[in-house]
Amino acid sequence: MVSINYYLGLAIILFTIGALGVLIRRNAIIIFMSVELMLNAANLAFVAYARYWQAMSGQIFVFFIMTVAAAEVAIGLALIVTIFRSKDSIDVDQMNSLKG
Amino acid sequence: MSLQLFLFLVLAMVAITSALGMLINRNAIYAALFLVLNFATVAVFFLLLNAPFIAVAQVSVYAGAIMVLFIFVIMLLGAESTGQTQSIAWQRPLAITLAIILLLEAGFILVGQRSLVSPVTGALPPGFGSPTQVGTELFTSYLLPFEVTSVLLLVAMIGAIVLTKNEKK
Repeated sequence: MVSINYYLGLAIILFTIGALGVLIRRNAIIIFMSVELMLNAANLAFVAYARYWQAMSGQIFVFFIMTVAAAEVAIGLALIVTIFRSKDSIDVDQMNSLKG
Repeated sequence: MSLQLFLFLVLAMVAITSALGMLINRNAIYAALFLVLNFATVAVFFLLLNAPFIAVAQVSVYAGAIMVLFIFVIMLLGAESTGQTQSIAWQRPLAITLAIILLLEAGFILVGQRSLVSPVTGALPPGFGSPTQVGTELFTSYLLPFEVTSVLLLVAMIGAIVLTKNEKK
């Protein structure tokens, strides 16, 4: 069996790449995808711990995270579509006014 | 090197490369497809970790529904390749520095608490992570959170409909 440290290391690397994507990209959709990547890295850590402590709670929590991610994506993409309609751009630098 | 470790290392390379591809690619569609590949490899990791239900849910919910929604919106907006307008010059170096700090910090904590993570040894209980067990847990110990989830999804659905409703006056 592969040691848990390998899985946690991979989760850390994926989470860092996601955080880097949020920090350096300007495209709102790419930023959203980076957030999904971070959630997924957290899921990987949860499942790894669930396996190594032989507890089902970790897997149940991943199930709930997936639900929240789906809801978040639906709302987020609706927001992006609305912003695109009014600004004709999804560059986050353009979103600098409170008035829509 | 055992077969499982070899499989893990190859898949980890694929996962990291596809994540970097998503980060670097200018075209949003290619980035989305790289992310689908990443989700698929993570699903295989879930299988390796005795979580078949979560693995299938990962493929159908993440790689299926969520990414299809992403690609749908990208094509709908026609925003495949928005140019990178770099308005703040020091932003990228600062972001990379912060990411390296995050990586080192998390790695330090991981190495530091290596002794704390002592796995439960012995054989897995039969049916660990199977849909039967996940369902039993969901509907006994986690019944209330499960019901709250349905309300959350309903709110998300109503919110998406209200937000994208075209108000023609």
